Amino acid sequence: MFKIVQRKEMAGGTIVLNEIEAPLIAKKAKPGQFVILKANEAGERIPLTMADSNPEKGTITIIYMVVGKSTAIFKALKVGEGYQDVIGPLGKPTHLEKLGTVVCVGGGTGIAVLNPITKGLKEIGNNVISIIGARSKDILILEDEMQVASHKLHVCTDDGSYGHHGFVTEVLKQVLEKEDVKLVVAIGPVPMMKFVSKITKDFNVPTMVSLNPIMVDGTGMCGGCRVSVGGETKFACVDGPEFDGHKVDFDELMRRLQAYSEDEKKCYNDYCTLQQA
Amino acid sequence: MAEKAETKKTTPRQAMPEQKPEIRRRNFQEVPVGYTMEHAMTEASRCLQCKKPGCVEGCPVGVDIPGFINLITKGDMTGAIRNLWAKNSLPAVCGRVCPQEIQCEGLCIVGKKGDAVAIGNLERFVADYERMHGSGELPPREKPTGKKIAVVGSGPSGLTVAGDLVRKGHDVKVLEAFHKPGGVLVYGIPEFRLPKEIVFSEVAFLERLGAKLECNQVVGRTVSLDELFEEGYDAVYLGVGAGLPKFMNIPGENLVGILSANEYLTRANLMKAYLYPEVDTPIPIGKNVVVLGAGNVAMDSARTAMRLGADSVRIVYRRSRDEMPARKAEIHHADEEGIEFFLLTAPTRFVGDDKGRLTGMECLKMELGEPDASGRRRPIPVKGSEFMMDCDLVIVAVGAGANPLLTQTTPDLALNKWGYINADPETGKTTKKGVWAGGDIVTGSATVILAMGAGRKAADSIHNYLTWGW
Repeated sequence: MFKIVQRKEMAGGTIVLNEIEAPLIAKKAKPGQFVILKANEAGERIPLTMADSNPEKGTITIIYMVVGKSTAIFKALKVGEGYQDVIGPLGKPTHLEKLGTVVCVGGGTGIAVLNPITKGLKEIGNNVISIIGARSKDILILEDEMQVASHKLHVCTDDGSYGHHGFVTEVLKQVLEKEDVKLVVAIGPVPMMKFVSKITKDFNVPTMVSLNPIMVDGTGMCGGCRVSVGGETKFACVDGPEFDGHKVDFDELMRRLQAYSEDEKKCYNDYCTLQQA
Repeated sequence: MAEKAETKKTTPRQAMPEQKPEIRRRNFQEVPVGYTMEHAMTEASRCLQCKKPGCVEGCPVGVDIPGFINLITKGDMTGAIRNLWAKNSLPAVCGRVCPQEIQCEGLCIVGKKGDAVAIGNLERFVADYERMHGSGELPPREKPTGKKIAVVGSGPSGLTVAGDLVRKGHDVKVLEAFHKPGGVLVYGIPEFRLPKEIVFSEVAFLERLGAKLECNQVVGRTVSLDELFEEGYDAVYLGVGAGLPKFMNIPGENLVGILSANEYLTRANLMKAYLYPEVDTPIPIGKNVVVLGAGNVAMDSARTAMRLGADSVRIVYRRSRDEMPARKAEIHHADEEGIEFFLLTAPTRFVGDDKGRLTGMECLKMELGEPDASGRRRPIPVKGSEFMMDCDLVIVAVGAGANPLLTQTTPDLALNKWGYINADPETGKTTKKGVWAGGDIVTGSATVILAMGAGRKAADSIHNYLTWGW
């Protein structure tokens, strides 16, 4: 068992942080890599990009949004309990390089994945401007952490309850107009990454996105996570999870993410009904 | 003597009792139900006990076939399982999935004039008898050597290496990337052909023998090959399988509803998605299912789709029935279960709806030309023969390639042009000192028993190395 040593609910309980004992993975984990978690015997294998790792303590941290049955089961796990299986670190680590000014754009739980990458880009000597967003103030996560990891932080909310009233893309556009940006890293919901990539393409700024498609094994065996990148089929688990945002077919990715949406909805509803009963 | 041989000839091959096709096509229970003791005794009595047995030559691991069959006729089941174990760590598996018709049974003298002795069925009987009624007494183990071996991958070749070396007194640890051991035996071969409980019991047997097993270890990611040596391992065996799905590379292949056989079968077998929603992993249920390819994996996929409730399941294959690479028994079983065969047919593109979901596949008729490099007649498209086939689920079962996850992180391991590991066919030695490899990651997709044969040779070579040096 992989024991949970710290658990925190964020964004009114819709987002959960787990720090998990996994010494072998913690020793190897680098920003941008993911793990696969399975809660129990009947559980599904769920890929999640790590938000942090601590080799000394032998722990890794994941932050996830509760969206279906599997993540609801994750949420029910208490400190001292744990996951039956955790596999990793998987995928290629983020390529960190000193480039000059870089912009890190994050949305939703993507901010959790973005945070260690932002930290890494700053440590290596870049001037880091970050833009993070959420639907509203109460579901915005990791503002303080992102503040520390960046030289400058912009916050946006869709409903205007905090920071800039509007999307991250609007702030990004203003930054791109003013600064000589060498790289944009965008991690968040697929539509956000799609529109960020669209804007940066107009400005001709290289853009990296991190994808989280449906997968089973995470080691290149099943091909469920295939994405079209520049007209070529890539496996996100071994060729990614990070890709050139200007080349990713985001529409295809969105359709593929919906493959089991009916099953997922029903399964989650049945689970919730059962929990309430 | 002549009279005895005559009786043997007149005794017919004992048919394997099976679930009826119309029943089994909708359930996941094992198709053959196994011999009774009476069947086994009768079948064993058909063996001529040849002085120069052809069957043994046909066995990639050299099982003493007349020997174990003779012990069955004497009613000595403990002796029979001991005899099998001497050459084969996984008899319950091999009795079920080996292509006996082209191996042992293909060379059986009785088979020259009639039906060969049912060696596979007998092997299965002995192994099942031991599992259900056996003493559980372990075969002897030599005294500890103090040498440590890491086996990467817990499929058929890795388990063979582990079994052989642990019996020779070495300290063996098996590292598995998935959360359950067994490799292709667990994620690839369906429950109705090889119940998972049997694989787990074979693995438990190895653990009782003293082998250690660790799951969730992705060698190349969680730990590197060189780190294993740093941890103090004296030798490493790589049996990681092929494990890279091949696709058709035709338009529309990323539509929702097109899965590799690896994904489809892993969901169904390892994740037990056929029990969904009792388990949490879903699997697409097709109404009109198409399986591309005609090997064992294709048959497994097609029969799984039928069991999951498809209205129609079609195997689409570009060559003819004679070239189908699947085991005869699998084709026969698929046929009986109502799988349709669209032979000399090749897909050219997939089409979908506005939600990106598969609705059909365009195909082309083929005809057979001259033999190609594989010795099989090359399929040639018939001009203007395009037609549409309605389908909502396509499973691509056209083979696998070399998974580069481990080899990419081990630059001093020489590979061939397809990415498979270069290993000596006689010993399994790779170009890296102290590292052996075998099974599909060396040969490309082959059978369980060939992987076991490679494991056997590598285990012998590893033992020699640990005793005498490289």
